[in-house]
Amino acid sequence: MPTIEVNQKEATSLAGTSSVEQNIQIQSENLDLFYGDFQALHNINLDIYQKQITALIGPSGCGKSTFLRTLNRMNDLVKGVSIKGKVNIGNEDIYDKAVNVVELRKKVGMVFQKPNPFPMSIWENIAYGPKAHGIKKKSQINEIVERSLKQAALWDEVKDRLHSSAMGLSGGQQQRLCIARVLAVEPEIVLMDEPTSALDPLATLKVEELINELKQSYTIVIVTHNMQQAARISDVTSFFLNGKIIETDDTAKIFTNPAHKQTEDYITGKFG
Amino acid sequence: MNNVARNQKIAFGALSVLGLLTVFILIYIIGYIVSQGIHMINWEFLSTNPRKMGSEGGIYPAIVGTAYLVLTTMIIATPIGVGAAIYLNEYTSRGKITSVIRFATEALAGIPSIVFGLFGFAFFVILLKPITGGWSILSASLTGVTMVLPTIIRTAEEALKAVPDSLREGSLALGTTKWQTIRSLILPTALPGIVTGIILSIGRVVGETAAFLLTLGGTILIPHSLMDGSRTLSLHLYMVAMETGAMDVAFGTAAVLIVLILIINLTASWFFRRLIKRFS
Repeated sequence: MPTIEVNQKEATSLAGTSSVEQNIQIQSENLDLFYGDFQALHNINLDIYQKQITALIGPSGCGKSTFLRTLNRMNDLVKGVSIKGKVNIGNEDIYDKAVNVVELRKKVGMVFQKPNPFPMSIWENIAYGPKAHGIKKKSQINEIVERSLKQAALWDEVKDRLHSSAMGLSGGQQQRLCIARVLAVEPEIVLMDEPTSALDPLATLKVEELINELKQSYTIVIVTHNMQQAARISDVTSFFLNGKIIETDDTAKIFTNPAHKQTEDYITGKFG
Repeated sequence: MNNVARNQKIAFGALSVLGLLTVFILIYIIGYIVSQGIHMINWEFLSTNPRKMGSEGGIYPAIVGTAYLVLTTMIIATPIGVGAAIYLNEYTSRGKITSVIRFATEALAGIPSIVFGLFGFAFFVILLKPITGGWSILSASLTGVTMVLPTIIRTAEEALKAVPDSLREGSLALGTTKWQTIRSLILPTALPGIVTGIILSIGRVVGETAAFLLTLGGTILIPHSLMDGSRTLSLHLYMVAMETGAMDVAFGTAAVLIVLILIINLTASWFFRRLIKRFS
C-alpha cells in the first residue's frame, strides 16, 4: 500500500454525490495534440472544478506540462503544434477562431517552473500586467501592487524595497513574486508548471502554503513531479502516462486506493 | 621546477608581455599625438574659424561638420537598424535569417571604406544630386548609413537575442500582445546592448575619412543645411596637413579627435558594463 500522507478530506467519488456543489470550470474534450507528426496527447478528457486544486502527475515526458499549456494556449507559441478536440472554459471552446488569446491569458494565468522575474524593480514587475491592460492611475496601481504582494505572502518581506531590483530576491521570493504578478491581472484560473521544483525545501513549503490559501479564490491546476506535494495540497489528481490519462479521481482515493495498477506502480515508485 | 610548471611560467610570461605590448603601443600612439597637439587646444582653437586655408585660426567648422554628420547618420540609421533587428529577431523564425545577416555584416565590415566612398560618390553625390544637393552632409550621411547599418542591425539583434525566452513567455502569459511585450519588456531589457552598438557606430562615423572625402565636399565654410558641403575633423586634419603643411594645426585636430574617440569608447564600455549587470 502506498505510504503517503493524504490531506484529511472526505473522499468522495467524482461521479457520485458530494456535499459541496462543484462547478466545472475547464473541460477538455477528446483533446489530441501533435508536435508535427508526433502525437503528444491522446484523447484527453478531463474536468477541472472551480476553486479546487487539480494536480497533474506522471513521469517525465508523459504530456502533463503539454496539457497544462493547452489551457492557456501557450502551445500556440511552439512551431508545428496542432490540436484536435476542444478545451472549454466557461462555455466556450478556447480554440475557436473567434477567441481573443490575449484576453484568455488574462483569465488563465501561468506560473513557470523556473522563476522568471522581469529585470526591473519589484513594483514594476507587479505593475507590468495592469499597465499593459490600460490601468494608468498610479494610486490604483499601488493598490494592486500591495494587494497582490499580500496575496502572495511577500508584502512584509519587500514592502520597504519595492523599487529595488527583483533580481536581488531569493529563488523562493522570486517565485512568489511571479505568483503575485499573475494575481495582479485578476485571473480566474492559475496554472502552475512544477512551481517549486527549482526551489529549496523551505521555500517549497512556503509556496505550498500559499497555493493552499489561493484555492479559496482561484481555480488552480498544478503539474508536479513531487507526489508528496500532490497528495499534500490537491483535491483532485490526474495521472498521465505516455500522453494519456490513466486515472483521475479525488486525491485521497488516488493515493490510498488507485483503480489502475499503473497508477499504483507510479505512486509506489516502481517507475518514473 | 618541473617541466610543466616551467612551461606555465613561460607561457604566462609571454602572454603578459604581449598584453602589455598592446597597451604600450596604444599609450604611445595616443601619447605622442596628444603631446604634439595638446598645446594647440584652447577655447579659441575650438570655437573660431580657420584662416589661411586652415593653417591658422581654429577648427570650429570641422567640429560643426562632424556633429551634423554624426547626428544625421545616426538619426537615419538607428530606427532602420533597430527596427530591422526587432523584425528579424521577434517576427521571423531565427536560424537561416541570422546566418545570412551574420555573413552580410561580416562581408560588409571587410569592405574598405574608400569603396563605400566611391559608391556614395556615384550614387548620392552624382545620381541623386537633386535630392541630396551633390557634395553634402546628406550624401555623406547616407554613405555613413550604409557603413554603420550592418553593425547596428547585428549588435541590436544580438542584444535582443540575449533576452531569455522565459521573459517573453512570462509576459505573454499575463495577457499581453507581442508588440506590448517588445515595447515594455524586451526593448528596455536589450537597451544597453543596443545603445552600445549605436555608440560604437558613432565612433566609426567620427573616425571615418575616406568615405567622406568623396562625398562631403570639404568646404571650410560652416554648413547651414543638410544639402551644404562640409568637412569633418578627420578631413580637416588631412587637408591641412596636405595642403598647408601646418603640422601643429594637424596635430591639434588629431588630439581633439583622439579625445573625442576616447570619450565615445568610454561611454560605450560604461553601457556595456550596465548590460552585464542587468542579468547578474
